[in-house]
Amino acid sequence: MNTAHVLLVDDEPVFADVISKRLTKRGVNVITAFSGDEALEILAQNKLEVVILDVKMPKMDGIETLAQIKKRFPLVEVIMLTAHATIDTAIEGMKLGAFDYLMKPCELQELIGKVEKAAARKREQEGKIMEAQAWKKRKAMIDR
Amino acid sequence: MVLVSFTPLLLVTGLILEQYNRSYREKVHAHLGELVERHSQNIDAFLTEQLNLLRFFVDSHPFGQFRDESFLELKLAQLQLQFGGVFEDLGVVDDQGIQVDYAGPYKLLRAHYTDAEWFKKALEQPYFISDVFLGLRGTPHFIIAVRQEYMGRTWIMRATINFVAFNNLVENLRIGKTGFAFIVNKSEEFQTKPPAGYIPRQDHYSRFRNDENGEKKSIRIVEETDETGRDHIYVGAFLKKGDWLLIYQQDSADAYRDLNHARRIALLIIFMGGLAIITKAIFMSRRMVARIALADREKNLMNRQIIETGKLAAIGELAAGIAHEINNPVAIMMEKAGWIQDLLEESDTQQIDNRKEIDSSLEEIKNQSRRCKVITHKLLSFARKADFNPQPVQLNDLLNEVIGLSEQRVKYTGVTIDKNFSENLPPVEASPTEMQQVFLNIINNALDAMDKKGGNITITTRNIKKRITVEVADTGPGMPAANVDKIFEPFFTTKPVGKGTGLGLSICYGIIKKLGGDIDVESELGKGTTFFIHIPVTNTAQKSVTTDKEGIIK
Repeated sequence: MNTAHVLLVDDEPVFADVISKRLTKRGVNVITAFSGDEALEILAQNKLEVVILDVKMPKMDGIETLAQIKKRFPLVEVIMLTAHATIDTAIEGMKLGAFDYLMKPCELQELIGKVEKAAARKREQEGKIMEAQAWKKRKAMIDR
Repeated sequence: MVLVSFTPLLLVTGLILEQYNRSYREKVHAHLGELVERHSQNIDAFLTEQLNLLRFFVDSHPFGQFRDESFLELKLAQLQLQFGGVFEDLGVVDDQGIQVDYAGPYKLLRAHYTDAEWFKKALEQPYFISDVFLGLRGTPHFIIAVRQEYMGRTWIMRATINFVAFNNLVENLRIGKTGFAFIVNKSEEFQTKPPAGYIPRQDHYSRFRNDENGEKKSIRIVEETDETGRDHIYVGAFLKKGDWLLIYQQDSADAYRDLNHARRIALLIIFMGGLAIITKAIFMSRRMVARIALADREKNLMNRQIIETGKLAAIGELAAGIAHEINNPVAIMMEKAGWIQDLLEESDTQQIDNRKEIDSSLEEIKNQSRRCKVITHKLLSFARKADFNPQPVQLNDLLNEVIGLSEQRVKYTGVTIDKNFSENLPPVEASPTEMQQVFLNIINNALDAMDKKGGNITITTRNIKKRITVEVADTGPGMPAANVDKIFEPFFTTKPVGKGTGLGLSICYGIIKKLGGDIDVESELGKGTTFFIHIPVTNTAQKSVTTDKEGIIK
């Protein structure tokens, strides 16, 4: 299985740090960001597949960040990380196009499982697009 | 209120009574007037008849014949025979006032009438009817006289009218118990016999005469109060071209007997009606006051309930905030422990002393973190449900949640909870928060009751005839019957001061009643207490069986 490229967004550096370390140890390629703005910047510069997004953040919150991500990087899959009280926002996030959601504190294995699924889906989507583009190219050549 | 009720009643009754009074009076007056008029005409006719009879009698015979006494006696006998005993005697009086001829029971031949009033008047007119007087014979009588010229002299034929016969004519006019009639002349002298005991007044004639000023009405009706304070009704009619006055007198009370009777009945009805109104008013105002007092009590309870639920919601929010804030550090702790485990696994540190102890400690940190997570999630779910809008509620799920919330206490009090849930319960339409409050309250009460000795709580759900019954039975000490009766009353508590408000169960009662349900309790000392909560299954709740699965904690 290919390494998944993940962006972890959480306003609490200690949490982001330890999760990032543990994921890296399990073969996930992780970059961390501590705010929504930073996350968008990093996404613009790096080719990433999955974003793990904390819902409750100061300034730009998770839902806002999600909307921006989906607008600018529609193929990037997002996993919402919520505390229980914001379950309604998690549902809202799902409606906005998030791949899944998880409740804090979560089991690491569960998180990795969801990340892998998300990455797989992203690749599948990309594959489909590539196929379609290839077909389009071929068709154009034949037409010519 | 009494005033408002009475005013129209009194107004209407007064008006009707007044109208009735007036019309009845008019009717009585008309009746009496007619009666008296007819009688006065009768009397007038009687007098005229007697006069005409005498004139005819005088005219039909040469006057010389009357000088014969035997002829006079014969004629008197004839007259008496023909007209009853009306004519008492006959007499011929010369212009000097000496009765020259006489036929009759009295010895009045050669009687001198020279100075008699009637004689003087009779000489002046062709015919004359005198007032009643005693005269020479000493009994009341009156005279009809006819003047006649004979042989160059003036003669007067006089006849005496039987007073009794005339009196009867007037006395016949009797109505009711107190009605009677009499005749007075211009000088207020009685012309007929007044009834025994009648105190005559001296102004009848003058009064009626004065009243008649300018008026041609033959009948006058006057109502007056006499000196003894009694009301009388007087009807007067003039006779004999105004010489005599026929007076009919009756007590007003007697004349208006029917009217007074009707008035008494009306007054009685008003009195009874008034009494009824007052009673009703008092009764109604009492009931109103009682109702207001009840409403007041209910309002107080409601206010308390609002405060309590408000408090609960506030606590819920606070708990949610705390739980949420705790989640992050707990998550970090859990991950850090995990990270240490990762590192230990990676490095070759198997030979480190107490490696096993370290491993088990890390595992325990993770376990305890998970426990924290469970607790915070329970708190959060409790707070999240702070919703007072009715919605379909699955009672089994809700009960599980409530049991989860009291799990810690259950453990420490040494109580076990048995669940005996009926599968596939239809949802009920209720506020989840309120339902939570009800069951939490009852379970907490059961736990309080078994605080010292421990015991068992059995929670049973059943679906019977469109009603879900939840039974919460404990094996606590139970309570006496006196307390069972009062248990749902607000502010009733058996807990020590400061421990209970006495509101919990009354609020539960209010919530369940509001849902159209019922709550009751059975208790036996030494055996335990069972609460029965019946909640109706509404059709709307049944239709929306699709419950919100997200809301249930796994």
